[in-house]
Amino acid sequence: MTMPSADGTIFLPPQASTVAVEVDTIFYFIYYLCLLFFLLLGGSALYFLLKYRRREGGPEPVPISHNTALELAWSIIPLILLVIMFAWGVKAFLNLSVAPRDAMEIHAYARRWLWEFEYPDGNKSIGELRVPLGRPVKIILLSQGDPGGNVIHSLFIPAFRVKADALPNRYNTLWFQATRLGEFQIFCTEYCGAGHSDMLAKVVVMEPDGFKKWLDGLNRPPEGMPLAKVGEELFTKFACVTCHKNRADNAAVIGPSLIGAFGRTEGLADGSSVVIDENYLRESILQPAAKVVKGYQPVMPPFQGTLKDWQVTALIEYIKTLKQ
Amino acid sequence: MTQLDPSSPANPEGHTPPKGGVSFYQAARGWKSWVFTLDHKRIGIMYLASVLVAFLLGGIFALLVRLELLTPGKTIMSAETYNRMFTLHGAVMVFLVIIPSIPASLGNFILPLQLGAKDVAFPRLNLLSYYLYVIGAVFAIYSMITGAVDTGWTFYTPYSALTPNSVISMTLAVFILGFSSIFTGINFIVTIHALRAPGLTFYRLPLFVWALYATALMQVLATPVLGITLLLLIAERVLKVGIFDPAMGGDPVLFQHFFWFYSHPAVYIMIVPGFGVISELIATFCKKPIFGYRAVALSSIGIAIISFLVWGHHMFTSGQSVVASMIFSFLTFLVAIPTAIKAFNWVATMYKGSIWLATPMLYALAFLWVFTIGGLTGLFLSTTATDVHLHDTYFVVAHFHYVMMGGTIFAFFGGLHYWWPKITGRMYNETLGKWSWVVTFIGFNMTFFVQFIMGAKGMPRRYYNYLPEFGPYHSFSTVGSWILGLGFFLTAYCLLSAIWKGKKAGDNPWGGTTLEWHTSSPPPLENFLTEPRVSGGPYDRT
Repeated sequence: MTMPSADGTIFLPPQASTVAVEVDTIFYFIYYLCLLFFLLLGGSALYFLLKYRRREGGPEPVPISHNTALELAWSIIPLILLVIMFAWGVKAFLNLSVAPRDAMEIHAYARRWLWEFEYPDGNKSIGELRVPLGRPVKIILLSQGDPGGNVIHSLFIPAFRVKADALPNRYNTLWFQATRLGEFQIFCTEYCGAGHSDMLAKVVVMEPDGFKKWLDGLNRPPEGMPLAKVGEELFTKFACVTCHKNRADNAAVIGPSLIGAFGRTEGLADGSSVVIDENYLRESILQPAAKVVKGYQPVMPPFQGTLKDWQVTALIEYIKTLKQ
Repeated sequence: MTQLDPSSPANPEGHTPPKGGVSFYQAARGWKSWVFTLDHKRIGIMYLASVLVAFLLGGIFALLVRLELLTPGKTIMSAETYNRMFTLHGAVMVFLVIIPSIPASLGNFILPLQLGAKDVAFPRLNLLSYYLYVIGAVFAIYSMITGAVDTGWTFYTPYSALTPNSVISMTLAVFILGFSSIFTGINFIVTIHALRAPGLTFYRLPLFVWALYATALMQVLATPVLGITLLLLIAERVLKVGIFDPAMGGDPVLFQHFFWFYSHPAVYIMIVPGFGVISELIATFCKKPIFGYRAVALSSIGIAIISFLVWGHHMFTSGQSVVASMIFSFLTFLVAIPTAIKAFNWVATMYKGSIWLATPMLYALAFLWVFTIGGLTGLFLSTTATDVHLHDTYFVVAHFHYVMMGGTIFAFFGGLHYWWPKITGRMYNETLGKWSWVVTFIGFNMTFFVQFIMGAKGMPRRYYNYLPEFGPYHSFSTVGSWILGLGFFLTAYCLLSAIWKGKKAGDNPWGGTTLEWHTSSPPPLENFLTEPRVSGGPYDRT
């Protein structure tokens, strides 16, 4: 026996948004109806099976052609229950489809294979979506900026019970109001190729003050931290790790390994070669298609306009530290 | 058995028609007698063999997919290979196995027998339909050899328009298989209308025939839309037309509408023949007419009609209008009613029956339990608010495996055991059949039940890698898939060994009442030595 719960149940993850409670209540309404009908049908079948099992000298079967009253009953009672299910579902669906007017708007851009979020002040984050607690947030989704062509993705936050596809040609939206502080998982749920299952991100729900401070902090590197260390964090945060090997325990193979890359002479797809220096790395981050390493597909999205200069510099400093 | 008119010349002793004719196997010999045959029974057997080979292939893909998911990250293959594996598993199972499984193999063999006909209405079209199936399969295998597809069996654009893999040969394969399916449908509709034995009115038809009739209607009406959609996809890739690809001004969501306009009815093309088989099994093994025969017969037609109006329930998160989602949700709930009617009627048939728990009946019971779970979990997905959370998670994977595998494949297996003595003239080993059922049933539920739980917890489908918290569910499911594989292996051995080792079955080993049990096992070339006449309902015994 199990009931909807804020901390999650055997079936459902913890609830962390305003709509989650109603969605879970409907889920359990359907669940118990299903259980009832399963026991009724499956149980009757089992009971009849035991009771009317064919035996030597047992009674002959009694042919019964039909029973109109009974048949009407098991058509009409389910119909009524289904209409309730439908109407309740639609009520909650309208609630989770239509964002309140005063919602904070955040744009989400999906590309193979990362999530980028753009806040109202123009600052961006990759791989994590930070939102203030207790305020409606509307996410405006688009699939864009993919050098291999934009495909459909889907933003799914299980703890919030929301999901919407990111389309290449049209905006799609979802909204939520977070009710709990903490980190919650974001998945891509529309199949998008080799990195689909690594196209993950986090929602971080913060106190409104902390959120403001964090947003402001995106304008400059954190103080008192070596640039290479900052770069190491960004390397994970911006999902570089999905495609580029940076440690022995990272098995990524979609892009070239960066271990010992700095200073190496690399053959390019057009037959020429290049020495990997700061300028090559900078160009390859901002415009990856310009000089693609031989044997790899030009699938990396360009980060021009996404990253700030200090972030690019920090990433380069980190890559320089990756020795064999 | 009052099915046959006692005064009919087919029925001189008042019981069974004259026997002693040579079986259709003996009527002609040599490879030409198979390759160029126009006999529905031989074509049915060739379909059956082909479908079972495809089932083995699709099953191997499934076991590889599950093996890869035993641990997070790489277990045995790369992400690119994994994506091909689940695509091939889906495409092979849907287009080469489940859609043709019951109608084209068992249907081909049994339908004319149940109608008291010599053959289907268009025997040449029937053979063409089989060879189209073979050509479609060859294209699919060509696609696999030349790099295979990684789009999922749904071929969603723009991904399928952009991916560098062999999409064209695979879509051509599906296009050709579609025609095979349409031709079988046309053939069955005409056969049911034109070739019923004297006295065999529509309301005296066995429920398997009703189910095949509803299926044929859907095949004929829905499959052309899939053909058009796939041609457009090919045009998109070859001629750069820009119907679906937004980079060329197209709309990728339009593809989803087209695709599901076919593929949702296709779900019922897959399951309705299973309903038909289950009705036959329950009537025979409970030794009773089906309770509410007319409701069960007409509910197949009802499902066929509503199935055309529900495709948008695959698209609640695609950005389609909220009003459209509401309408599609409502229509989807309507499908539940005729489906529930069937389930209640089957269970009611068992009441005061004389239930013989032979292997086919075990499959019918497994179907009742497992399909009920599959059907009921559909309610979570037709409810808009809960579908938003569950869409594209393992909950959906579990749901359709409970319906497609627990439903259609269990019904197919039940039908195979039931009609095996009619097809081969030999009886399989009942003990082995029962044990195979036990292993299959346990393996199936182990594999798929945990997928409901991890899906509701948020595990997305088509994932190569997964978070550690989902590890236990995935490992359990993979172990279940091995048991399921063993169950299938035992079943295959049980049925195949019967051909060489089985005892002679006799004409009517189960005490069935429908016409196929009134001729010899295996039947003679033209099914009945004299034309049967029918004077009562399909399951009457008095």
